[in-house]
Amino acid sequence: MKVRYFAWVRERVGKAEEDIDPPSGITTVGDFVAWLAGRGEGYAYAFENPNVVRSAIDKRHVRPDARIAGAREIAFFPPMTGG
Amino acid sequence: MSVTIRLQREPFDTADEVAALTHGRTDIGAVVTFIGICRADENGEPIAALNLEHYPEMAEAEIGRHVEAARQRWPLLGVTVIHRYGRIAPGESIVLVVTASSHREASFASAEFLMDYLKTRAPFWKQVEKASKAGDKSWVEAKSHDNSAAERWDSR
Repeated sequence: MKVRYFAWVRERVGKAEEDIDPPSGITTVGDFVAWLAGRGEGYAYAFENPNVVRSAIDKRHVRPDARIAGAREIAFFPPMTGG
Repeated sequence: MSVTIRLQREPFDTADEVAALTHGRTDIGAVVTFIGICRADENGEPIAALNLEHYPEMAEAEIGRHVEAARQRWPLLGVTVIHRYGRIAPGESIVLVVTASSHREASFASAEFLMDYLKTRAPFWKQVEKASKAGDKSWVEAKSHDNSAAERWDSR
């Protein structure tokens, strides 16, 4: 699964994208975020307040209870400030 | 309905975009344009520029979904949305929304609807380059009034 990071989430994680196969038992976006936060200092900083970070699966906004099974691409980013 | 959605680094020309949308049409009676422009200050602090980061494939898809939602709410004849990314200096345009309909109500309302959703749902992030200290950058924080502006359409 391709994982992409944007804006300050990208800066804190230290990369724009990577390929990750989540371990079994990780079924929702929220589970995945909690698991990512344990991968190192940058990840812990990026996801220190998981309620702030937004997520998308295959280019659609999703909530933390969304299931990740079958996802090709999952993205994490701050609240949007376009327009 | 003719729909144009573009994400681009370059500036856009509003008059050209309106002409392209209305050329040869005699059914359009009302065109509304909204242009978002980079100000020279953010939270009272002078800025040198904005840097806009985006998630290209999702931005285009997300804007498309909101254009479709607008089309279902109002009898629209045409919509153009152009959103720039990259470095944008104060005074330069950031975003253009053009809506066309037979009558003004649909054009005004749908332009506002599209902008309210673009602000909170389109995956773009503004980073400020401060004017005071060279190289000093900070991410713009999302504003709660932008969220409430988008949410008010949910209850209508």
